[in-house]
Amino acid sequence: MMAAAAILGGTRPLVLDGIDRAIVRATQAGLPLTAAPYRAIGEAVGISEAEVIRRMTAMLEHGVIRRIGAVPNHYRLGYRGNAMSVWDVSNDRVEAIGEKIGALDFVSHCYWRPRHPPLWPYNLFAMVHGRTRDEAMEKVARIAEILGTEDRGHDALLSSRILKKTGLRIAG
Amino acid sequence: MHEIDAVDRRIINELQGGFPLSPRPYAEAAERLEMDEGELIERLQRLLDDGVLTRFGPMYHAERMGGGLTLAAMQVPEDRFEAVAEQVNAHPEVAHNYARDHVLNMWFVVATDRPDAIGETLKAIAAETGLEVFDMPKLREFFVGLRFEA
Repeated sequence: MMAAAAILGGTRPLVLDGIDRAIVRATQAGLPLTAAPYRAIGEAVGISEAEVIRRMTAMLEHGVIRRIGAVPNHYRLGYRGNAMSVWDVSNDRVEAIGEKIGALDFVSHCYWRPRHPPLWPYNLFAMVHGRTRDEAMEKVARIAEILGTEDRGHDALLSSRILKKTGLRIAG
Repeated sequence: MHEIDAVDRRIINELQGGFPLSPRPYAEAAERLEMDEGELIERLQRLLDDGVLTRFGPMYHAERMGGGLTLAAMQVPEDRFEAVAEQVNAHPEVAHNYARDHVLNMWFVVATDRPDAIGETLKAIAAETGLEVFDMPKLREFFVGLRFEA
């Protein structure tokens, strides 16, 4: 599962009802750190533990939940070089290339996005992480090497400053 | 603030996904990690308190929940940068905003309850700032295998 290249997006959407949304609201900041967290969520939402588990399993299977576990602060783990690498590759090849680049163990997000020429000719985005800026840039160079002549141009945008970071609040 | 030790590392490296959906999930996960339930819970609490973990729980996928999400960029004149950042950040739909070294020097994520509210927010930002907003919604997301190694 670690590096299997599979495209997300083919899964049918699951229509969430009010109870699902209540579960989302109760868990989006994190799971209770108690021995029976799903029972605690059920008590808060007014349903049984088994019902919480059933509904969260369905959300996981449909990709509404990406995964359940620890979300590390990568800065605190020493990853201080973070670059948004962007690539101009042919639209015919972007899906195959995206799968290959996403599977690299130093890429945390990989997306196909629209170009805005002439200012923005790039259609493939890959976030790369290293302990230092130099290490991140070495990884960008590794992607360039892998792409070879399919790389029609690329850039790497380092973030110079965080202007806002409130996180997503997803359930109304 | 504590230094993270080998046991913390094992927790961080092994538990970035696959946490069980069962009545005693911490006990089950602890067994896999060869520790006991109480110790795992205690360590997770400390890692959260120290900011080594930003969260422990489910990661939700905004678009699959029926909301809208996009990445947008702007070319902001340097002398107006702070003022424009304030205008953009004033929108509650703007979740993240980063200054980046490029001609397109401001990059922000917009998340809304309804998909069509994205366009309204971007239009409002363009009108308020008088600047073009480049909308870059994802056309495809590729699976990534990354786990941050502690």
